[in-house]
Amino acid sequence: MDFSYSDEQQMLRDSVSKFVHQDYDFDSRRKIVDSEAGYSKEHWALFAELGWLMVPFTEEDGGLGGSAVDLMLVMEEFGKGMVVEPFLHTAVIGGGLIADAGSDVQKQSLLPAVMEGQLQLAFAFTEAQSRYNLADVDTRAELQGDHYVINGQKAVVLNGKSADKFIVSVRTAGEQRDRDGISLLLVDADTAGISRQGYATIDGQRAAEVRFDNVKVSAEQLLGAAGKALPGIEKIIDRATLAVCAEAVGSMEVVYKKTVEYTQTRKQFGVSLASFQALQHRMVDMFIEYEQARSILMMAAMQLDAGKGIAPKAISAAKSRVGKAARKVGQEAVQLHGGIGVTDELDVGHYFKCLTSVQFLYGSTDFHTQRFASL
Amino acid sequence: MNIDFSAEELAFRDEVRQFLSSKLPADISEGTLKGLHLGKEAHVRWQQILHAQGWAGVNWPVEYGGTGWTPTQKYIWSTECANVGAPDVVPFGLKMVAPVIYSYGNEEQKQRFLPDILASNVWWCQGYSEPNAGSDLASLRTTAVRDGDDYLVNGTKTWTTLGQYADWIFCLVRTGDSNTKNQEAITFLLIDMNDPAITVSPIYMLDGLREVNEIHFDNVRVPAANRIGEEGKGWTYAKVLLTHERTGIARVAASKQKLAALKKLAQSTSNGGEALLDNPAFSHKLAEVEIELLALEYTDLRALSAVSTGKAPGPESSILKITGTEVGQAIDELYVEVAGYYAMPFVKEQFMSGFEGIPIGPDEAANSAPHYFNNRKASIYGGSNEIQKNIISKAVLGL
Repeated sequence: MDFSYSDEQQMLRDSVSKFVHQDYDFDSRRKIVDSEAGYSKEHWALFAELGWLMVPFTEEDGGLGGSAVDLMLVMEEFGKGMVVEPFLHTAVIGGGLIADAGSDVQKQSLLPAVMEGQLQLAFAFTEAQSRYNLADVDTRAELQGDHYVINGQKAVVLNGKSADKFIVSVRTAGEQRDRDGISLLLVDADTAGISRQGYATIDGQRAAEVRFDNVKVSAEQLLGAAGKALPGIEKIIDRATLAVCAEAVGSMEVVYKKTVEYTQTRKQFGVSLASFQALQHRMVDMFIEYEQARSILMMAAMQLDAGKGIAPKAISAAKSRVGKAARKVGQEAVQLHGGIGVTDELDVGHYFKCLTSVQFLYGSTDFHTQRFASL
Repeated sequence: MNIDFSAEELAFRDEVRQFLSSKLPADISEGTLKGLHLGKEAHVRWQQILHAQGWAGVNWPVEYGGTGWTPTQKYIWSTECANVGAPDVVPFGLKMVAPVIYSYGNEEQKQRFLPDILASNVWWCQGYSEPNAGSDLASLRTTAVRDGDDYLVNGTKTWTTLGQYADWIFCLVRTGDSNTKNQEAITFLLIDMNDPAITVSPIYMLDGLREVNEIHFDNVRVPAANRIGEEGKGWTYAKVLLTHERTGIARVAASKQKLAALKKLAQSTSNGGEALLDNPAFSHKLAEVEIELLALEYTDLRALSAVSTGKAPGPESSILKITGTEVGQAIDELYVEVAGYYAMPFVKEQFMSGFEGIPIGPDEAANSAPHYFNNRKASIYGGSNEIQKNIISKAVLGL
């Protein structure tokens, strides 16, 4: 057992950390969040240039190895700056699905573009009724000769407005919640019959409601085997879950430290707020939550890399515990900042929002607690 | 002890129900039940309907135009209002400054201000907190220096809720020299907002909306006739007002309505083919909140019946503030949980009344996260919950 980072990992971490410190202060982030695209194309090009978009891929696929630990340390640094560029959606999830299930032709035609920053992807898998059940797919695709015809609607598709291509989970056989019969299709976002309504999300990202009305897609765009996509989806969502846990741990580290700092500076009743023991203990509790979250995150990342069967259970353990910590740390950071904490002008409230969305992205705290118990 | 309503109380409830069903405007009711932000016009329209009925001054003594209702009648009133989406009155005039004016103002002030407050002709806001005086309110730094028949007021007030609409502001200001003890140097002033020396700048909250403001006073001339009571006694008056603020703060009726609606929502929300309400983890959390709320309801009723009309409640009312805001916030979180992925969209327009675009996701979901974010303020305002605990520990437990 070894908790230390390799030299390469340390370098990667330093490079992301430097970017967040130098180029991603709160005001810069706000401008990006408020911009038309909702992310910075310059930053995206930089991510490609620095090789960060290659991090999630194996060397065989042209990447830097694709370890969960690498992913964790990138996402943790991103979490410190609340980075909104769609690294997770395009490179980790979209690219990951292609790398996992794609044919050689599909991989060769798409993965280089992802790693070079030329292609934006979005995974359209959630539906209004599906909640966190990945098998609950009601969007249907019917094979008609050499093409599929898709009908249905996907909800809260992250990066859905900017995506050049969607990877859509569709039901090609069976009933709405059957584990069998789910397939993945690669669909150009500008294909006739697709309509998307984009919007901002509470944590500063962008998403879209995406409708498919008789959308025709060549059968060659099938990603993996027809009807057998669910295990691959579960695998990539586990990886995404680890990624948002790491992001949350990064955010928690920032807010607990900011809270300590603020209470030391803010004077009421002639003394600093930090001098009140009632408040000191609450900050200690925040710190404990953060450390516990970090520990379980590292455990899950190492389990994922170890590739044993218990990885899904480890991921659910991490998501459950990190979700609980995110809730407490976020709420307490706001409360201890007082009025300024509930305003839009201070960054703490925005960390709180990010620490809220993480509690239900890719499965709520309760969902993962129950999944942990069932696995 | 008897838990049932009397025949008279039941008759009163019928009267309230009939009034609400015939007089509450549909747009206001719908907006309130959906948790949308109502504008000034809607609030004033509703309060003027209440005034026409003679029910605007629920806590006021009868001699000033109040209802003279018993605690049970007030309980019935707030429950029935919450059930059908009748909004709470904007508190600053009717519930906050009015009790100070009728308790400590002179005759002239009573005649000048109370009728317009009761009729909602004038919009009031509160000038207490300052950028460096939050929980430690008595350390406030806005000064009022006597100049002939006037005071010259300088300083900055903050967290002034809906101050952008206000015609008048009631303020705590510092008078006396620098040797005067904090609490003995505070004076209660009523200030006309229609003065170019006052500027109002917005503060946006986590839901992205302008709800509070900073108010800057730059040599504002205020007639001494606008001072309530004696110079240096403002803190005493304000404390009374703060305890008044705390009684309504349990918000039991509103929480009960929201919880009932939440249950229905969870019943109709599918979770893997079953109702979310049937999910053991979710129903357990919901039940815990419901039980806490039930206990709070009776704590609130006990406090209400212990207090006769017009008399300020004691420090126990801090329990109502703490538990009431905690229960409210717990309900907000459950709404976010029910919304699931649909808590993600942040479409500001959709949670303001009058939205006519294409909604994203169900209505209840659209408002869930913004409301949860915004309502974190509840455990901070009106004396933070930490300050309430200090009050209980000092004034009740004698620690």
